[in-house]
Amino acid sequence: MHARADAADTASNWPDDIFATLQRFDVRQVPYVPDAGHSKLIQRVLASSTMRGIPLTTEEEGVALLAGAWTGGQRGVLLMQSSGVGNCINMLSLIPILRFPFLTLVTMRGEWGEFNPWQVPMGSTTQGVLELSGIKVLRASNAAEVPAVLEAAAAQAYNALTPTAVLLSQRLIGAKVFTK
Amino acid sequence: MNKANLLDRRKVVSALLVDRKDVVAIGGLGASTNDITAVGDHARNFYLWGGMGGAAMIGLGLALAQPKLPVLVITGDGEMLMGMGSLATIGLQKPSNLSIVVLDNEAYGETGGQTSHTSAAADLVGVAKACGIADSRAVTTMAEVEAFAKTVHDLSTGPRFANVKIDSAGVERILPSRDGTYIVNRIRGDLGFQPI
Repeated sequence: MHARADAADTASNWPDDIFATLQRFDVRQVPYVPDAGHSKLIQRVLASSTMRGIPLTTEEEGVALLAGAWTGGQRGVLLMQSSGVGNCINMLSLIPILRFPFLTLVTMRGEWGEFNPWQVPMGSTTQGVLELSGIKVLRASNAAEVPAVLEAAAAQAYNALTPTAVLLSQRLIGAKVFTK
Repeated sequence: MNKANLLDRRKVVSALLVDRKDVVAIGGLGASTNDITAVGDHARNFYLWGGMGGAAMIGLGLALAQPKLPVLVITGDGEMLMGMGSLATIGLQKPSNLSIVVLDNEAYGETGGQTSHTSAAADLVGVAKACGIADSRAVTTMAEVEAFAKTVHDLSTGPRFANVKIDSAGVERILPSRDGTYIVNRIRGDLGFQPI
């Protein structure tokens, strides 16, 4: 029921690449609303001794959490699905006001072979919503480019306080397959 | 209001912060942030002028980052209702150094006094308890406020939650800084962090 279509990148280790980059940047708090595309990364985070995975009830909680984490001296990253970006909108106003490092990794739905029409409206506006909210958007469409994109995103988010979202495309993750 | 014996919000917040020691205090959007200011500006005060529903989560992020510091969120019933899911998130993480106080006047005082859900139905103490915050108290007397204020410094027995019924009388507006970057960097500086 939660299988993924055979995408070219399902056998690769791009979630491990993401984890390694986050570790290198000393990311400590990892709030998330689960998504199948993030499941391997979430497993790595929950097994980590340096990172704390924090399940949220809704994504905007994670924006506020990262503001508090930074005030207390820790970096974080918010993991969510494209639909969660819509839930965050008002809370994103904290980012320019408080000026804390903001990095979010967004698994995309509603594009590239989507089966579920209900995912399409928010998936189609995800990038626009982020950009209108003052967040720079980078995208990774295949496993080979994940390390470089993550490195750039983390560097500009944590070193230059440039709020950044990385969209992990549905082509990378594989379209969700609905089976009976 | 026709209920008797409701507490004065300024007296409640003053009792919570009078002997604050190293507490980091977060004031939720609305009158609570002004109440914290009324006790006296402080380098460890986090004043919110927006981000409604986010106060408790800012408290959680801070409490997890600084487990040896008491973190105290003081917010209103409307702000807490908007972030009610965060009580479930906090109940799961169980940060033992985090305390949350809701100043409950059963109304949206900043927008004309419209009644809130706590006036007739919603029980925030019940919600907090059901979310796994075992020490969740309904507070109706200053003696209970003072007892709670002492526990805020106990870093091993949180998280804890108190819903304090206050009167809805208007009080003088005492406004803190509106510069969020200044507010955050001042706290960071006081905790020993350098600018980037």
